[in-house]
Amino acid sequence: MTPMVDMAFLLVTFFMLTTKFQPDEPVKIENPKSTSQFKVPDKDKTTIIVSNDGRVFFNFDGKFNRQALIYQMGKRYEIEFSQDEINTFAVLGMTGVPMAEMRAFLNTEPEDRPDFQQKGIPIDSVNNELNYWIILSRAANPNSIIIIKADNMSQYGKVKRIIQILQEQNINRFSLITSEKSAPDAKKPD
Amino acid sequence: MAELDTSSEGHGKKKGGVRSKKVSTKIDMTPMVDLAFLLVTFFMLTTTFNKPNAMEVIMPEKPKPEDTASQTKVKASEALTVIVAQRNRVFYYKGISESPVVEQTDYSANGLRKVLIEFDTEVKSKQRAEGKKEVGPVVLIKAIDDAQFGHMVDVLDEMKVTKMQRYAIVDITPEEKTMLPPVE
Repeated sequence: MTPMVDMAFLLVTFFMLTTKFQPDEPVKIENPKSTSQFKVPDKDKTTIIVSNDGRVFFNFDGKFNRQALIYQMGKRYEIEFSQDEINTFAVLGMTGVPMAEMRAFLNTEPEDRPDFQQKGIPIDSVNNELNYWIILSRAANPNSIIIIKADNMSQYGKVKRIIQILQEQNINRFSLITSEKSAPDAKKPD
Repeated sequence: MAELDTSSEGHGKKKGGVRSKKVSTKIDMTPMVDLAFLLVTFFMLTTTFNKPNAMEVIMPEKPKPEDTASQTKVKASEALTVIVAQRNRVFYYKGISESPVVEQTDYSANGLRKVLIEFDTEVKSKQRAEGKKEVGPVVLIKAIDDAQFGHMVDVLDEMKVTKMQRYAIVDITPEEKTMLPPVE
């Protein structure tokens, strides 16, 4: 039995080390399909998510970077977050809460958080919170790459607005998340 | 499981030496194996191996006011405009004239891709005849706000598939919106 046990523990170790637990996502995004083969990196990502109902969410990698980000965002919007609130934000995944509701959101019990109605981050020119999320996330981690993850069925207008916000900050290079489609034969359309 | 044998102490002295009784060192591993396999199953099911792919988009830099004069204009004969509209519709027209012939196509291999490849060979042969570099056409991708984002990705993907070297995402003009046939 010893070889079998060895094997089993080897597998346990392997899966334990390769597993990364994803925090649950408030919306389900269905990726558009493309033939692109470039893989998304594991870390240092700034992700802007557009759901199919047009709400905008934001995600940023790295616990310490997130702590720095929420602290700076608090400073910008004159909200003083407690250490507990900062720590809560640090371990969350994508969030789409306007800054005015951020505190209430962070103080919600973890089990009630999926029920919290996330309105999406405001992106209009009067109250452009996404702009500050991007600026301050770049300050927190300058190596982070920008990724737009938009639902297949979402409106192009929303994505265009996000690209516009990025371009206002001279960010001209970003990636769109897609899932794989089998590569078609390019030169033979018959 | 393993225990010390203390009962033989008295006898041991009589025989003139301590002799420990042989105790089996084998332990029952079954519960441990059960647990190990439970963990294997758990981690196997929670692991996601398929990472999503990313499609890189590079937008043109904002033109600075001082170098608008030096900007190169797109040659009319090399331009192809693709317009992504709502309800799975996609249109294209060649050139940059005021009242172009807008044609409708679709996202299948016989639709947009065929148009792109044909235009590509046409422009390249023209460039060859003029003794220029065969860089192919300039594709301007425009989408109206209500269009489905997935179709924008489809068009960008077609650029990769047909190996277009020059393409850009451009804002749609109000004139172009009026050129499109209305949605039934």
